[in-house]
Parts: sequence; C-alpha cells; structure tokens
Amino acid sequence: MNSDLIVFLVLSLVSVSSALGMVFSRNAVYSALFLVLNFVTVAVFYLLLGAPFIAMSQITVYAGAIMVLFLFVIMLLGTETISSPTALPWQRPLAVLLAVVLAVESVYLVFARAGSNASISAPDASLNSMESLRGMAMSLFNNFLLPFEITSILLLVAMVGAIVIAKQEKVGQK
Amino acid sequence: MDWTFWVEWVIKGFVLCLILLTGFAYLTLYERRALARMQVRVGPNRAGPQGLLQPIADAVKLIFKEEFTPGRVYKVVFILAPVLTVVPSLVLAAVIPLGTSFNLFGRVVTLYVANVNVGILYIMSIASIAVYGIVLAGWSSNNKYAMLGGIRSSAQMISYELALGLSFAVAIVLGNSMNLMDIVNAQKDMWFVVVQPVGALIFWIATLAEVNRAPFDMPEAEQELTAGYHSEYSGMKFALFFMAEYQKMIVICMIMATLFFGGYLGPGVEKYHLLGPVYLFAKVIILLFAMIWVRATWPRIRYDRLMSFGWKILLPLSLAVVFITATGILLADVYQNQMYFWSIPVLSIISAGAAVLFIYRDLRRKSHGRI
Repeated sequence: MNSDLIVFLVLSLVSVSSALGMVFSRNAVYSALFLVLNFVTVAVFYLLLGAPFIAMSQITVYAGAIMVLFLFVIMLLGTETISSPTALPWQRPLAVLLAVVLAVESVYLVFARAGSNASISAPDASLNSMESLRGMAMSLFNNFLLPFEITSILLLVAMVGAIVIAKQEKVGQK
Repeated sequence: MDWTFWVEWVIKGFVLCLILLTGFAYLTLYERRALARMQVRVGPNRAGPQGLLQPIADAVKLIFKEEFTPGRVYKVVFILAPVLTVVPSLVLAAVIPLGTSFNLFGRVVTLYVANVNVGILYIMSIASIAVYGIVLAGWSSNNKYAMLGGIRSSAQMISYELALGLSFAVAIVLGNSMNLMDIVNAQKDMWFVVVQPVGALIFWIATLAEVNRAPFDMPEAEQELTAGYHSEYSGMKFALFFMAEYQKMIVICMIMATLFFGGYLGPGVEKYHLLGPVYLFAKVIILLFAMIWVRATWPRIRYDRLMSFGWKILLPLSLAVVFITATGILLADVYQNQMYFWSIPVLSIISAGAAVLFIYRDLRRKSHGRI
C-alpha cells in the first residue's frame, strides 16, 4: 500500500509535468513526444489499478500507433516550430472560463470523494475481472455488445471516408 | 514478498541482458561466417581461433571511433533515438519463458523474468514503441535523406505490424491463452507450426520486415537514400542501432520458437528442467541460421512492392488464417470431431496458394512499372 502510494506520487509528477511540457513546448515534435510519455504514464496507472490488458492496449494503440501517425503528419507537413501565436480574440477568455470550471469541478470531486473515505488505489471487483482476458471478452461481448458493434461500424465508416477522400484527390489530379 | 525475491529478480534481469549482449556480439560473427561459407569465402578468422575474438575487436574499434555529431541536429532527440531503439529490444525478452524452474539450494528458481498474464500483448506494445527510435533518428538528423529513410522504414514497420499481430492471434487462439507459458504448455503434444504452418510463415515474413532484415532491409539500399535513418550516426551511436537490430533478431527468434516451435519443450525436459534453455537455444540458433540464409539468397524487394505485398497480400492472408483457425477449433469443439481440426492446416495452405497466385497477379512488374 505504501509503496503503491510512492509509485503513484512519482508517476503523477511525471504525468502532470509531461502534460505541461506538451502544452508549453514550442516544437510540435517535442509536444508529441511529451504526449507519448503522458500516455505511457497513464498505462502504468492502469497497471497500478490491476488492469494489465487495458494498460498494454493503451500503449499499443495510443503510444504506438496513433502518436506515430501524428509524428508522421507533423514531420511531413514541416510544421515543427510554432511561429506566431495567432490567437482568436474570443479564445483566451473562453479558455480561462473553462479552466476555472474544470478546476472547481475537480476540487469538488476530490473533496467529495475524500469525504466518502475512498482510497487512491483500491481496485474493485470489476477491475479485477479485467485482469483475465476471458472476463474482459465476456463483458465486452455480452454486456457491452451494442456499443462495441456501434464503435466498430463507426470505425468502418471513418475508414471508408478516408479511402473516398484519398480517391477523389487522385481523380482530381488526372 | 521478501528481499530475496527482489535479488533474484535483479539477477535474472541482469543475466538476460548479458545473454542478449553476448548473443549480439557472437551473432555478428555467426552471420559473417555463415554468409562467407554460402558465398564460398572464409570469413573473419584471424582474431583468435576460428575468429572467435572478432566481436571483441569490433567492439574495441567502435568504442574508439570518433563520434561525430553534425552541426544542426536536434541534439536531445538525436541522442535519445538510439537509446529508444535499443531499450525495447532488451526488455522484449523479459516475458519469454526459457524453461520451467529448477532448484537452487532448496529455492525454486523460475526460468523467466516475468510471467505476465498478457505476455503477447506486452510484446506487441513494446514492438510498437520500437518504431519511435527510427522515426526520431530520421527527423533529428535534420537531413532530408535521413528523414525520408526514417519515414520509409517506420512506415514499413507499421504496415507489417498488422500481419504480425494477426499471426500472434493465431497462436493465442491455438494456445487458448495470452500467457506465453500456457502457449508453450499447449504445444506438448504437437507444435503449432504443424497445425498452422501458414501462420508461422506469416509471422516469419512480418518479423523479417519488422527488424529491417533482408529482403526488407531498406536502410541498406544505399543508392536510394544513402543509409536511411542512420546516415548521420557514427561511432557508438551507430553501434547501438546495429546492436538493436541483432538483439531484435535473437528475441524474435526466441518468440517464434516459443509460439510455433514448442519453446523450451523437448525430450527429457520434464525430468531435467535445465534442459529447457538448451532446447530453446538450439531452436533459436536454427531459426537464426534461416534468417541468415534468407539474406544470402533473396534479392531486396523494391519499396512500393514491399508495401503492396504487406497490405494487399499479407494482411488479407493473415485475416483468412485467423478466421480458418478460429472456425476449425470451434467446429472441432462443437462436433467433437478431430477432422474439423485438421481442416485448419489444409485450408490455410490452400489460402496461402491463393495468395501466391495473387502475388503473381498484383506484384507484376507491369502493374508497378513507371508511370
């Protein structure tokens, strides 16, 4: 329990500082790398919560596949350095407002949870069942079958859309 | 969890790293000697008996070589990239079971570093992280050839990762687990390569592309983009890329032996547990020889054909193979008839034949000619 808390504190430090680094870095590639680091720390959080399957999927899908494509796009477009911050006039007040709302909400939640005496790392029964792949598959294909299928159809539509867009460009060139 | 547990853990990790590092050094010698034999040459045989000290000589040379960092590179990432390439190749081996366990002074010592429940997924995730080293090496060199080479190599790795993942799925379905220990134990009666030879072949091809080996060794195609992503690297940093490639070769042969060739299993391993690593080592040596053999025999495949081979042939074939395997196991289970089970190898070999026909049709020079 104690060692878990130490690991959690160190990791959350890394996680928050990598998130800050991602936002404040002037170089888009460095931002992407900070985001990868952030994803990896989130994966370790999942491991701490006793969900290795989700942790590994997090690394494979987000850190491995999606961020590499992000890096590709950044490198191929050559937009590594952010030159001039062309801020929209209404953007900054809105961002401040949203940040305040988020801060108030999270502080409220932290205190509300602290009141109900819940500890930081106490994996409940549903998470433990995630540990075995079988339990995960069972809940995915029994309880959550409809969301699962809808998600896959959504992905299929996105894929078909991407192919259509790519094809149209080729026709236009000819 | 007492302190001896931690000590054992650290020692095992250390020993595994040592095995991989010496394995890398001697794999280079093995490859050079075997290639030389195939080309009716002698190969390096001057340093030590039979050239056995050659790796040490090479290491000394690389350490004392001038390490040149070009002027306008992105320095932090430039240094980070070789490290990011080597570390995944080292930590990949942690989940591979080298054997069961043995008694050392009354203490049961298991012959693996970590027995992870989702071992195969761990391998997948680490392999997907390994792409970063190559992308970043290409980008941070601030050289258009290096960058194009980096993007080319990493696009190749990402494309073949799909076929690799699906051939992992074949082993998962056959072994009914994601744990590598369970998969090895499921092969007690019969190796999975007998049930699913096409799955093993797909795994083999995809891993060759994944470690950038011949015939998919794009960085070696010097006349196209100088040396690809490691054009600007020299000295020890270049040696790290080299090291990563050879360590990945070893680890991937270990994974292949575990998934399809029965891992540490062999005659007498039940009685003498220490025979396990020996059997695994022998299988790895044979698979490594096959890798070198491929390098000596096959010409390099051109990049556009490599991509269309990965996407148009290998990916559909591996999807078909996963489908056939799962259906065969399900039908054999439902009807309690082993005939359905043996339809798996037959049907998958038929689909592989169809894939070969498609190779003739789709990868012809005509359809990939100059526009």
